[in-house]
Amino acid sequence: MPWSRQNPVTVQVLGVCSCLAVTAQLKPAVVMAASVTAVVMLSNLVISLLRHTIPPRIRIIVQLVVVATLVVVTDQLLKAYAYDVSRQLSVYVGLIITNCIVMGRLEAFAMTHGPWESLLDGLGNGLGYAFILVVLGVVRELFGSGTLWGFPVAERLGLYRLGYENNGLFVMAPMALILMGLVIWLQRNSDSGLQEK
Amino acid sequence: MSRRPLLRRGFDRLKPQFRPGGRFAWLQSTFEAFETFAYTPATVTRQGAHVRDAVDMKRSMFTVVTALMPALLFGMWNIGYQTSLHSADWPYAAGAASFWPCMWFGLVRLMPMIAVSYGVGLAIEFAFAQVRRHEVNEGYLVTGLLIPMIVPVTTPLWQLALAVAFAVIIAKEAFGGTGMNFINPALAARAFLFFAYPARMSGDGVWIARRMWGADAIAGATPLGEMASGAARPSASLLELLAGTVPGSTCETSAVAILAGAALLLLTGVASWRIMAGVVLGGSLTGLLFNLLALSGAPFSASAYLHLPFYYHLLTGGFLFGAVFMATDPVTAAQTRTGRWIYGLLTGAFAIVLRVCNPAYPEGMMLSILLMNCFAPLIDHCVVECNVRRRARRGKEVSQ
Repeated sequence: MPWSRQNPVTVQVLGVCSCLAVTAQLKPAVVMAASVTAVVMLSNLVISLLRHTIPPRIRIIVQLVVVATLVVVTDQLLKAYAYDVSRQLSVYVGLIITNCIVMGRLEAFAMTHGPWESLLDGLGNGLGYAFILVVLGVVRELFGSGTLWGFPVAERLGLYRLGYENNGLFVMAPMALILMGLVIWLQRNSDSGLQEK
Repeated sequence: MSRRPLLRRGFDRLKPQFRPGGRFAWLQSTFEAFETFAYTPATVTRQGAHVRDAVDMKRSMFTVVTALMPALLFGMWNIGYQTSLHSADWPYAAGAASFWPCMWFGLVRLMPMIAVSYGVGLAIEFAFAQVRRHEVNEGYLVTGLLIPMIVPVTTPLWQLALAVAFAVIIAKEAFGGTGMNFINPALAARAFLFFAYPARMSGDGVWIARRMWGADAIAGATPLGEMASGAARPSASLLELLAGTVPGSTCETSAVAILAGAALLLLTGVASWRIMAGVVLGGSLTGLLFNLLALSGAPFSASAYLHLPFYYHLLTGGFLFGAVFMATDPVTAAQTRTGRWIYGLLTGAFAIVLRVCNPAYPEGMMLSILLMNCFAPLIDHCVVECNVRRRARRGKEVSQ
């Protein structure tokens, strides 16, 4: 299953860069997750439809053109309808072009499978990626900024009056890597099939 | 039948419960930890070759703890002394009679930190040992004492507890526990605090404890803090720096107390003299290099830090404490002899470079040691490879 045993982030360890970069807060993380899911689904679909007509020797460049087109469209849509989040995500939407999950699915799956299966494969991998992004986003925003989706949780609970302080480390990228490591640790611990002999 | 002491009988009565099949079998490691803490185990090794040596992990850990005592006691006194200097309402008479009030004040401040550090750390260690069915070992004894010694005295206890949990879980247990960690857990705890709660770990308001009902934080810059904000020299004299009667992290200010600990570590051979000498030498040389740069009239020589005589670097901040107790950690340091020299020299050098070139990090020692911890395996690898190649070449020359 792409969201558990074949999770693109925690098992295949792909798309890590964006996982660290956009998860300081939940909202950009969710938008990013949705964007990647949309791109990987649609590009899977397009490439799957084109798979018999693409000459093998230039397949990477064709895939790249398809992905780039979809990413630019996504970027423009975000700028039009979610400008603030788009500003927060800055270059990382554009960088979906180089996201290994997208290229990986195209090469590994869409080139050899039918459109419907490819669409589902894109959805599954997108959700697997989204799951990790949301987990990281929730934890990092909650402990790093004391908010959740912009809602001041810690303040409403009156934690600051008790001497609580936000943890600056959670806002930084290294903590995202450590948290990802913890997720991988938990997952491998609970699923013995993932452990090397 | 000889009469056994009450405690022994108690252990023996409880023992079957903790054996496999017993009601509390899942707590076997915890039981064994307490039993071996009270009594030497009666089991003997039955097969295979074993090193027989009085210096086991327990002994070497206790040597380090003993070596930490002078710094710890001095730190306690200094906590009280700094508060008495800086608070107007210090209730005790000044002068010689104020030794015990200072000591008592420091004890009351430091003990809760030590208790939290040991409490949280050992609880996690026991839990991990239990789940993994390992023996609980003594690795945390030193770490647990080091952590309260290298943070500001005003660190809130809950933050300290978090830092300890982070250090033990992420820096140590995630990599397999004692002996497997690649960075020093005590420094990992400090780095966690430094990056998570920067306002609590730097600046002028955190180094001196308030009195119980005192209103505001007491301002008092550390020598390094003064340098980072552009002073020409720390306001403390060399003698004060040597003795350690300056604000700073709880127990790392006194060069004399640290050197007393260093002497014990070197006499017992627990810590590597090569690393200590390397760190001090590396730091001195880098300090001298910066002094030369300042004299040469390079365009950036306006910075006061460049003009600071190199021996100030050795006496300020956590440089000595790091050199003696942190860089020498046998697990995270380089293992080969040449490697230890390289590791030590670079640790000292980077610490001074960080201090002088990046005012955002007033204390370079922590980051420098953590950085070199990461490079220690590489250094060892290079040293071993070089040795292998040299011997192979020599072998070839002989056979020709």
